[in-house]
Amino acid sequence: MAVSPSSPGRAPQLAVSLSEGLDAAERAQRLRREATRIRRDVVEMIGRAHLGHVGGDLSVTDILATLFFGVLRLDPAAPRAPERDRFILSKGHCAAALYSTLAQRGFMPLEALSTFMQPLSALNGHPNRRKVPGVEANTGPLGHGLPIAVGCAIAAKLARASWRTFVVLGDGELQEGSNWEAAMCGGHQKLDNLVAVVDRNRLQQGARTEDTNRLEPLADRWRAFGWDAVECDGHDHAALYEAFVSPHKGRPRCVIAKTIKGKGVSFIEDRVEWHHKVPSPEQIELALKELV
Amino acid sequence: MEAGPTAKSALFDCRQSFADTLIELAKSDERIVAVCNDSVGSSNLVAFQKQFPDRLINVGIAEQNMVGVGAGLAIGGFIPFVCGAAPFLTGRALEQVKVDVAYNALPVVLCGMSPGMAYGELGPTHHSIEDLSWLRAIDGLAIVVPADPAQTAAAVRWAASAATPCYIRVGRTKVPSVSDDAATAFAFGRIDVLRAGADLTIAATGTMVSRALAAAETLAQRGLQVRVLNVATIKPLDEAVIVAAARETAAIVTVEEAMIEGGLGAAVAEIVVRHAPVPMRMLGVKGFAPTGTAEYLFDHFGLNPEGIVAAALELKGR
Repeated sequence: MAVSPSSPGRAPQLAVSLSEGLDAAERAQRLRREATRIRRDVVEMIGRAHLGHVGGDLSVTDILATLFFGVLRLDPAAPRAPERDRFILSKGHCAAALYSTLAQRGFMPLEALSTFMQPLSALNGHPNRRKVPGVEANTGPLGHGLPIAVGCAIAAKLARASWRTFVVLGDGELQEGSNWEAAMCGGHQKLDNLVAVVDRNRLQQGARTEDTNRLEPLADRWRAFGWDAVECDGHDHAALYEAFVSPHKGRPRCVIAKTIKGKGVSFIEDRVEWHHKVPSPEQIELALKELV
Repeated sequence: MEAGPTAKSALFDCRQSFADTLIELAKSDERIVAVCNDSVGSSNLVAFQKQFPDRLINVGIAEQNMVGVGAGLAIGGFIPFVCGAAPFLTGRALEQVKVDVAYNALPVVLCGMSPGMAYGELGPTHHSIEDLSWLRAIDGLAIVVPADPAQTAAAVRWAASAATPCYIRVGRTKVPSVSDDAATAFAFGRIDVLRAGADLTIAATGTMVSRALAAAETLAQRGLQVRVLNVATIKPLDEAVIVAAARETAAIVTVEEAMIEGGLGAAVAEIVVRHAPVPMRMLGVKGFAPTGTAEYLFDHFGLNPEGIVAAALELKGR
């Protein structure tokens, strides 16, 4: 069963959710509020489904909130408007955070979130563009999002269109070679309408990234592939906003967002076992007390 | 004795027909773009590049990225023809074909250049004999194997407007024409009955169609009236024509330039066993090929008129 956009048929009204005229402090405060809503949804969804990837969901939340409320030009009532900005969540296992973000942004009713991973729900464990409005690409197997995003950015260049493409990558997933095929291509094509965000929480499913298959020096690696790489605190909304919107002429940008896996819940933060461990009812209660 | 058409003798390269048609379509539809993996020459895209330099995206030797880029272009509103040597397009990028193209249901046209054993002497690394089996298992991906240049052109035209994920084999091995009328040479999902007959059916695809017609001619001289089917759409398969062939001729030989496990023969058998079980023989590639030209390898695996005739006679107990 698919979730339908609220009013199909009318002319698209693409806009950033938060007014672009807000001052930085006000914007950051509003984004913090959205991020807290998303984190609370994530914990409740995973608790209800007894499944999910809570650690990565909580590390990527501030990136998603900043993009969907502060940066992306979208129209929830016209999710396929041709001039929309494209967003791809390459780390598709963090679908819960994306679903909450989309619901909070108006792409589907908030009540739909309670169906997360229930039989026949549109909200599968990994996102499906054919069922969930606002999802741009079906992801799940790692290393797929960046090539697709490069294709989107080339499309905008060919069409001489002003819409931009944003893709969020897990850091562990950068061990997939397809990312580096796409990084090389994006650099060669000088895609300055493309931003790749790395959720750099330094943990992958089984261990620390640097103990598994080293990623550092990560920013230099992107620069070597022709990208404008910047690093920032991945939980600082003002810093993320700046990294997403400041110009990077002639080169695609990579934002290495330094995050904490499980951010916001003390007993989940930076612990490898919380990649996809499910919190108990008591732990959910504790988590929701911390997420205010 | 019924006389049927046989393959005409002049030989043609399907790649030229593919290239000409793509250019013709691109002139009238700005959404059409080509994506390739350092295969501008081998994918016959030189003229396309000359006419539409911006609309040819050469990602270099990177097939996984190539298919992902194709999917992204489709999300961006374009109709990408993603071209690469068939073994690498389908084998190296299989997960991208499944997820980025088919599961996303995007209008990406995957063009498997030089499929089958077209690269003869280059050996099994460069043969694409598994593609039909691999891709048949992918939900929602249409599979088209044209038999001659007219069918190739018509299939490319269909693909450009089909708005569905599809894979087209674009042959390199020169073939005779088996189509009478270019305008009606291909209809998606249709099996063409090239020759009528009630004693036996030969269902062939791609390069094997002309060989099936030649075999039917020989079998006619032996008193067997053979129905010849040109199966240009492998998926979805035209069930009615297969069931009718089974019921009316009671024996089927399939012939394909691909592994038997999972290809055309298997697809036909899946229908036959459910609706009208009849004896079958499946001709195809049996394992990694030895060194040899494509033509040599066809003979090696019995994928020639003589091999088809022998299988037909054995099936009919003669």
